[in-house]
Amino acid sequence: MSVTPFIVLSAILFTIGAVGVLTRRNAIVVFMCVELMLNASNLALITFAKANGNLDGQIAAFFVMVVAAAEVVVGLAIIMTIFRTRRSASVDDASLLKY
Amino acid sequence: MIAFWILAPVMVVCALGLLFARKAVHCALLLAVVMISLAVLYAVQDAPFLFAIQIIVYTGAILMLFLFVLMLVGVDASDSVVETIRGQRALATIVGLLFGVTLVVGIAQVSVGTVVGLDEANAEGNVIGIARVLFTKYVFAFEVTSALLITAALGAMVLAHRERLTPKLGQAEVAAQRMRDYAEHGKHLGPLPSPGVFARHNAVDTPALLPDGSVAESSISRVLAARGSVNSAPGSARQVQRLGGGDQDVPERDDSSDAGGAGR
Repeated sequence: MSVTPFIVLSAILFTIGAVGVLTRRNAIVVFMCVELMLNASNLALITFAKANGNLDGQIAAFFVMVVAAAEVVVGLAIIMTIFRTRRSASVDDASLLKY
Repeated sequence: MIAFWILAPVMVVCALGLLFARKAVHCALLLAVVMISLAVLYAVQDAPFLFAIQIIVYTGAILMLFLFVLMLVGVDASDSVVETIRGQRALATIVGLLFGVTLVVGIAQVSVGTVVGLDEANAEGNVIGIARVLFTKYVFAFEVTSALLITAALGAMVLAHRERLTPKLGQAEVAAQRMRDYAEHGKHLGPLPSPGVFARHNAVDTPALLPDGSVAESSISRVLAARGSVNSAPGSARQVQRLGGGDQDVPERDDSSDAGGAGR
């Protein structure tokens, strides 16, 4: 079993996630794209764990998942708070510091 | 590898769908497909523990959290197409393509060497192997994780908590307010008209018709009006007219939009 296809898939998914973060305007969808990028990096970590024959990569992926869970909780709470005050989930509307 | 070649195209297509889907709920479901496929790829790569965690934590907890928030944020969460920075979308796509091509070409040229495989590390089972590494080498990071999770939970509580600024209205206050509205503006005292009673249907999405054939806007739930799923009232009015053989002229109105205006 070769490693390269998995890493290429991980790179493609990461790129799609990054483009999504840059192009989408809905804060929740932007957040989903961040999750996609984290997942893509997890795939790379697990693939390299297999390639190198030790479990450190899987531990790293495990920690990424923990951090992602904590980040999602706080991020979604922030999106909710912004939505409650501004009635909008668009990232363009939260521009109060600009003016 | 068979699983990989089946799942990889599915995952890439679903991830691309994340870029182009208009509704956030569709994005969440496409992301669920990507995450479950990823879990299968983890299982293929000798990581059964992370396979389970991926399904439980990501698709089970995180995506459900996304769906909950989408439900709370509601119908106004559709994406706007207006660009605040001109040309940003095109530029982002170009930069993303360049980044992806560079990454893929770079990775394709690197030789990783022989794949060692996890047979030795997983000799006692994957979960035991992970526990051995996690609770020896990474035990401090594991402890710090608990601080992170507690902080996140507290942060979410603080952010989601809303202080009540005005006193809660009881039944007596509501009744007094209604009487005051009636005295000052002549607003109807009783309950709102129920939907569809004088039209042909009594479904909740059919607005009631007033005697002159126009729509009673207060008879429709404002949630339905905001969602745009209100049954066409002038259409029903015309049906009523045809049945009754009346020759009155029914005003042509875009009912979903003005019912929505009344709802807000």
